[in-house]
Amino acid sequence: MTDSRPVLTMTGISKSFPGVRALHDVNFRLFPGEVHALMGENGAGKSTLIKVLTGVYDTDEGAITLDDEPVSFTGPMQATAAGVSTVFQEVNLCTNLSVAENIFIGREPRLLGAVRWGEVRRRARDLLARLDLALDVSAPLGSYSLAIQQMVAIARAIDIKARVLILDEPTSSLDASEVAQLFRIMRQLRDEGIAILFVTHFLDQVYEISDRITVLRNGGLVGEYLTTELPQLSLVEKMIGKELDVLEGIEEHSRRDLAALEEGTPLVAVSDFGRAGAVEPFSLTIHAGEVVGLAGLLGSGRTEVARLLFGADRADGGQVAIDGAAGSLRTPAQAIDHGVGFCSENRRAEGIVADLSVRENMILAMQAARGWLRPIPRRRQDELVDKYVKALNIRPADPEVPVRNLSGGNQQKVLLARWLITEPRLLILDEPTRGIDIGAKTEIQKLVTQLSDGGMAVLFISAELEEVLRLSHKVAVMRDRQMVAQLANDESLDADRVMQTIASGSHREEADR
Amino acid sequence: MNDTMSRYRTMIGHRLFWPAAVLFVMLAANTIYRPGFLSIELKDGHLYGTPIDILRLSAPLILVALGMTLVISTGGIDLSVGSLCAISGAIACMYISKQPDQNSLGVVVTALAMALGVSLVLGAWNGVLVAVIGIQPIIATLILMVAGRGLAQLITEGQIITINSEPYRAIGLGHALTLPLAIFIALAAALLVAAFTRRTALGMIIESVGGNAMASRLAGIRSGRVIFLVYVISAACAAVAGFMMTANVSSADGNAAGLWVELDAILAVVIGGTSLAGGRFFLSGTIIGALIIQTLTTTVYAMDISPQTSLLFKAVVVIAVCLIQAPAFRARFSRRRRNAPPPATIVDKPKEQVPA
Repeated sequence: MTDSRPVLTMTGISKSFPGVRALHDVNFRLFPGEVHALMGENGAGKSTLIKVLTGVYDTDEGAITLDDEPVSFTGPMQATAAGVSTVFQEVNLCTNLSVAENIFIGREPRLLGAVRWGEVRRRARDLLARLDLALDVSAPLGSYSLAIQQMVAIARAIDIKARVLILDEPTSSLDASEVAQLFRIMRQLRDEGIAILFVTHFLDQVYEISDRITVLRNGGLVGEYLTTELPQLSLVEKMIGKELDVLEGIEEHSRRDLAALEEGTPLVAVSDFGRAGAVEPFSLTIHAGEVVGLAGLLGSGRTEVARLLFGADRADGGQVAIDGAAGSLRTPAQAIDHGVGFCSENRRAEGIVADLSVRENMILAMQAARGWLRPIPRRRQDELVDKYVKALNIRPADPEVPVRNLSGGNQQKVLLARWLITEPRLLILDEPTRGIDIGAKTEIQKLVTQLSDGGMAVLFISAELEEVLRLSHKVAVMRDRQMVAQLANDESLDADRVMQTIASGSHREEADR
Repeated sequence: MNDTMSRYRTMIGHRLFWPAAVLFVMLAANTIYRPGFLSIELKDGHLYGTPIDILRLSAPLILVALGMTLVISTGGIDLSVGSLCAISGAIACMYISKQPDQNSLGVVVTALAMALGVSLVLGAWNGVLVAVIGIQPIIATLILMVAGRGLAQLITEGQIITINSEPYRAIGLGHALTLPLAIFIALAAALLVAAFTRRTALGMIIESVGGNAMASRLAGIRSGRVIFLVYVISAACAAVAGFMMTANVSSADGNAAGLWVELDAILAVVIGGTSLAGGRFFLSGTIIGALIIQTLTTTVYAMDISPQTSLLFKAVVVIAVCLIQAPAFRARFSRRRRNAPPPATIVDKPKEQVPA
């Protein structure tokens, strides 16, 4: 399997965007007849690497060879023609066209300009037969399941003498049996000698299908490993890395007695709370003054938990108790009435209103709760805004500039201020420190401890384990859209144990192995 | 020196600068062409003159455009305003024509109330389609744009209803304090809408919903209610505009009343600096935009431009106005001149883009 020569190599690849170094000196190779998993957290550079490979982006530095020939594609079409085909995450086929049309769209066999439909259907049937699929090629693609559509996309990709097949998160919207079907085809193609580059967030799938793993982190190459030689725990470690910024003082905070905090009626208690396709039902209690950390890899369902608790998405079922009484969290407005605030991880799309000023963005949630008929008096607005601009050290300190002119970290602080102004009892922070510089990060972490000391409950979501451990009293661990464990953050808990839980599921499962 | 420079730059950067400049240039061009253009005279206690005519004739458009501004600010659009003008005028005129004493104030007030009530219901219909059912605004209001003409025809039974009611006529042609009453009505409406949006938090919430609907929802704004409300406001504005249009001619024509006014209103809003993508809105800009459009129409008549080419002339001016307002265009233009001694750079703020 590995003794042959690589069909594809990428050496010393670097790629920068204004202000961001997306890839730095990355090497990657792909052998014929292997499934090679490309792993890394979001922002690690996986998509950029694929886009560089397929010619969507130019490289700043580095070389790509295909069959020992240096290549440089100018676009996916050219890459496909050279035998490097890509199936993207969202199936970008036309569901209203027939299966056969989808496979040959843009390159239909023609005779004197007219499409030879008989030929199209015959060749489509042949291709699908190669994948052991018996479909009615004249039926509209939309009449088949997502998994089948995915396979039609693969059929389209391998039509032209494909030697390299890139599958970017092909399983993210498939259920277990559909994944099995997809894997069967992947194995078949692998056995035919096609090299498959596989990107996924699901660890189990990596170990089920892949022969080799390349890990990226922060745009750099961590290493290339044989799957059999890399335990799941080390893989997680390599993906997350360890951050070594030490924040004195904060550490002690989280070690406070969880039992004391958890006395009395919980502020929010949910049970059997879940949403099909987003997150399996879970139970969670949050008490006043408690910081609950939510750990897990990206795509493990962390954000989905937050959105359910805030009513941004509606739960399918389960019970909600607020202060011990049955309540409901079905819309954001309802959650806010109960004293819940939510800073989305997606600042730009779900957080700031770019057109409005810093002041308006800050008072937005409070104003929404009061209703438009009761405007906050301008003097009161200025007081509140002034207070938080100072307290959070927001720059520039001019509340009337449009918020779009602020840096990411300052926008994040504006959003924090938006919720702090409403004096929430539970504040949900989804990746509040992502993509902001270290100074702002420290300030936000300190703020969280201050708030919880003041009696506010915080649900803190972060991809950085160190940060979660530093701040939380209790850590809930997400894995494959399930809440697999809730661990008290006492002396016995450290990053290794959380990683172990992320990697292997609950302790019970671990014991079974 | 530096101070005047920065003041100049602030002025040019002001969002109302370009619309106001265009209006000024138009008036100036008219005055050069016809020196008596700006003269106003007092006759029988009423002021007469082209500027007064422009103000009076632009009143219905201002009204419609005010409502349209709010709708566009939420990221929507209301194509049904022209039909609503026709419907409200038709109902009012029909009711008055059936009464024995058309000059009675009570009859006219009842007629106005009835027409306004029906318009509010129709506005609510638009609001439900967009905010509750979730149909795209352009399609949702297209329904009433098309069906509304038929409705107006049904009300007038396909006839042009002529009335002889002095109080009703006054809405369009009456005078108060030497000025046409219509100007005051438009002014009052503008102040009312401004107070309604800027004295409450409605304006900010509308801008927030239009600027980022998802973020607004997550901030706890019940955007459905706000969106519903702006379509009702828009319908109310259109209804009053419909009264003016029919009062001007003392008759209701289901086919002609308010024809294409929705397009002029959208244009006025865009000229005024409100982006069709939603977000920030500018009522004062919209009013200037409406005045520009009416001045243009008056200019076409005043300059004796033949009716065959008048629409083309209008189109050319509108394209020019939109280009002048587009920051991207101005940036390109000023870049081309960059080698010359720098004229205070206009590209200070890449503000609201003006999609035309």
